[in-house]
Amino acid sequence: MKQDFKILGTRPIRPDGLEKVTGKAMFGADKSATGMLHARILRSPHAHAEIVSIDTSKAEALAGVKAVITGADFDEVENRWTRYTMQNCMAQGRALYDGHAVAAVAATSKKIAAEALKLIEVEYKTLPHVTDVDEAMRPGAPLVHEGVKGRKLGDDVSGNTVGYYSFGHGDIEAGFTKADKVIERNFKTAATHQGYIEPQACLADLGADGRGELWCSTQGHYMVREVCSEILGIDASQLRVTASEIGGGFGGKTTVFIEPVALKLSQKSGKPVKLVMSREEVFRATGPTMSASMDVKIGMDKNGKITAGHAKLRYQGGAFPYNMVMMGAMSAFACYDLENVQSEGWDVMTNRPKMISYRAPGAPMATYGVESVIDELCQKLGLDPIEVRLKNAAREGSKSSYGPTYKAIGLVEALEAAKAHPHYAAPLPANTGRGVACGFWFNFGGQVSVSMAINTDGTVNLIEGNPDIGGSRASISMMAAEALGIPFERVRTIVGDTASVGFSDVTDGSRVTFAVGIATINAAKAAIKELCKRAAMIWEIDAEAVEWVDGAAQPTGHNAGNFPPMSLAEIAATSGKTGGPIAGHHEGAPDKAGVSFGVHLVDVEVDPETGFTSIKRYTAFQDVGKAIHPAYVEGQIQGGAVQGIGWALSEEYIYGEDGRLQNPGFLDYRIPVASDLPMIDAVIIEVPNPGHPYGVRGCGETAIVPPLAAISNGVAQAIGKRLFELPMSPPKILKAL
Amino acid sequence: MRYVVAKDSRDAVALLGETAGARVLAGGTDLLVQMKLSETGPALLVDIKRIPGMGDIIEEEGGFRIGAAVSGAEMGAHAALKAQWPGVVEAVELIGSAQVQGRATMVGNLCNASPAADSVPAMLAAAALARIEGPEGVRDVPVVELLAGPGKLHLADAELITSIFLPARVPQSADAYLRFIPRTEMDIAVVGAAVSLELDENGVIKAARVALGAVAPTARLVPEAENALVGTKLDASALAACAAASSAACAPIDDKRGTVEYRTKVAGVMATRAAKIAYIRAGGTL
Repeated sequence: MKQDFKILGTRPIRPDGLEKVTGKAMFGADKSATGMLHARILRSPHAHAEIVSIDTSKAEALAGVKAVITGADFDEVENRWTRYTMQNCMAQGRALYDGHAVAAVAATSKKIAAEALKLIEVEYKTLPHVTDVDEAMRPGAPLVHEGVKGRKLGDDVSGNTVGYYSFGHGDIEAGFTKADKVIERNFKTAATHQGYIEPQACLADLGADGRGELWCSTQGHYMVREVCSEILGIDASQLRVTASEIGGGFGGKTTVFIEPVALKLSQKSGKPVKLVMSREEVFRATGPTMSASMDVKIGMDKNGKITAGHAKLRYQGGAFPYNMVMMGAMSAFACYDLENVQSEGWDVMTNRPKMISYRAPGAPMATYGVESVIDELCQKLGLDPIEVRLKNAAREGSKSSYGPTYKAIGLVEALEAAKAHPHYAAPLPANTGRGVACGFWFNFGGQVSVSMAINTDGTVNLIEGNPDIGGSRASISMMAAEALGIPFERVRTIVGDTASVGFSDVTDGSRVTFAVGIATINAAKAAIKELCKRAAMIWEIDAEAVEWVDGAAQPTGHNAGNFPPMSLAEIAATSGKTGGPIAGHHEGAPDKAGVSFGVHLVDVEVDPETGFTSIKRYTAFQDVGKAIHPAYVEGQIQGGAVQGIGWALSEEYIYGEDGRLQNPGFLDYRIPVASDLPMIDAVIIEVPNPGHPYGVRGCGETAIVPPLAAISNGVAQAIGKRLFELPMSPPKILKAL
Repeated sequence: MRYVVAKDSRDAVALLGETAGARVLAGGTDLLVQMKLSETGPALLVDIKRIPGMGDIIEEEGGFRIGAAVSGAEMGAHAALKAQWPGVVEAVELIGSAQVQGRATMVGNLCNASPAADSVPAMLAAAALARIEGPEGVRDVPVVELLAGPGKLHLADAELITSIFLPARVPQSADAYLRFIPRTEMDIAVVGAAVSLELDENGVIKAARVALGAVAPTARLVPEAENALVGTKLDASALAACAAASSAACAPIDDKRGTVEYRTKVAGVMATRAAKIAYIRAGGTL
């Protein structure tokens, strides 16, 4: 289904660029209101403690303080998952992790709010805590919550174990007996944070009449509306939520942390309330991703065929029940066409901040284990790592390890591109190693609404409901222009508030260019139908006798009538006289998001005297279906690779014996800086997704999946020893040497 | 909180003497961050940036006097200073980002008294002198004698460091500073090492000073490492002895930035690498 496009695949200037580089763009903390109060949150210094009492009287008495709230101010929430979200925003009864919110203040200045926090007296009774996943899972471990143990789980695991999943097919034991070599390893990965530059921030205004306005930095303002209206007991229609420009999310802004608190303070004080998190609060109280402890066992015959694979994943997801290990278990072996495979996963709670999605949630760590063992097997059997992956690669028609049978996919194409790339053949200097790894991500469709207005000057306004975290306003404008047959510059796409367009799911799962794209194309079709109808009316011929070609209506043939094409602008100009405004809209839930695969090649150099690893060269190959705006696609691939580099080498949540987070800041939570990185070369592979009119697959998440293993495999080659724990910080590497 | 611009150093000393908890403001790159974090400022801020001479780099007796308000960027742009004390300048230039460099001062780095301060080992290796003004008058003290512990200097109440003096150099001498950080910039030294060498006409080391940072409560000189270098042309055995002496001089802590074992080993690595750079800068060949 090779298609010729006029606009797709070009690189127009980004529509949000000027505002962002000139500082005009309005982010979460940039909005203010008359009479606005400033809020601050008091947080637990304990990993686990009973809140015996909270005395807010002194804070309330401080001049300038307009409202103080605690967990007692929130009503019971019926839905279990919403209740967890609410109790994560404000503790009720117990503080479950270092940094858990226990009270909040709104005052006339930030300084007064800060002083008021010091006047709140909280009496804690500390309780035993647990922060390590293996310890938390062991019977007898301190329980984070009672009565939430996963069904079907036995006495061999503690009540912190909230879920169990298993995927696979075939007979793994029989498969292992067919192998010439079987390797089983235990791996550990640290919790890492999404690391968005913009801390969570909001401005809330909730009146006594139950009508509210909320401005916030989020990946999904409809989600914010639903969760907040449920927690506050108000009608969804009465709470209008507007998503600000967003300074990064990476999955971390797919839930709420502060919005219900700000709304409650506003309700109590009768004033607009602004709440902005500090970086320390972001680290201590917003979701990092899960840490993991994993056993991976793979058998391979001497020709490189994988005979069986088995992964056991134990993920630590913080202080509330969650169900994300499933994604890890599903993705662990998803790159390969295997006869015998099983992946199991356990979701485990600990006294740490509640996990939230982070770019391909659950997949990078599972893939790290699997791709590391495959690499070790290749080394031991003397086989080329790309050839082995090609031999086992999933293709169209392969039954995936998690169930479905793949339609057209591009893993083989990506592997072939890597094999043929000059990078793979380049010589390796001393102390350098080259790592290879594959990665997979599902991608998602989900609910979507788009409204498109054709203006009388021939331009188009498009309203969609998904915050733009990776260039979607550009890609959606491009798809609208392509579908309508007009120049890109004539389309302006905006992200509407919750009152301006229909429901839209959260911006996650690399879904927006896919799902909003389909809705946009369908909205354009609806508008085109109307445009053709208006042309038919002007020409006084049947509407069925008009077709849309290159941005203009024309008769379907000479029999239909002999009229020159009438452009969108011409039809729109007279729309007031032909029946009124012309528009198109579409609401739906497209579900054929194509899965996406990537292959990463990395050269690392390890300083044998200090254990310092530097990334010397990095090339990432990824099937994206169709790159609408290739520059953004390359940016997504580069961004994912860089976050994976940080995860592999330097990023980690560090907890001491006291269960308190030791590095809540960018100094000691080490995200790579620009000088740590080479140019990441992104190689775009296009195997069209049959489930999208233009072949689009999601492209935002896959790129974070391979780097952990690719870098570990490179380090193993550089130093001749393999590490089984991330991050591979210099002390760990030097110790291994 | 009160903010006062001091007219001269006597004025500054007087202001510091009259208000308990008064703090000196030069570049402010440590102080302002501390104030922001604590959310309460000191009772008095004494700004010394506009005191005449405080912002100057002056040639003096063949060496350089660097005022307390001279920024890292200004030191980096001073060709003669950089030629004479490349190690001191490169240490100062490692502090913070380009933006921080426009404000941060070497004296401020000393007064913040972090065991991991980059410029301090370099000043120790350079045998730098601090000029101190206080209620009792003016005194010059070797920087090494000021170091008291994490966050602490041996300064009396109302005393102010007004400048650092880097002495004259003989031909065929040079210094170097190296640090280990887990990334390539924007970080704090896990280990820092400064080496200053003087060579004779044959490339034999006549005099050496070796200083380490981030491996003890304060930066420290390592005489055993210096002895290992003197009289050698930096051959393998001299480097090995320097590394061993440097590691032996470590008394570090285990923390999130590095283990005792790691810091101890890497101190030797950094010291020998810095020694090689200084040796080549001084005209030696390896």
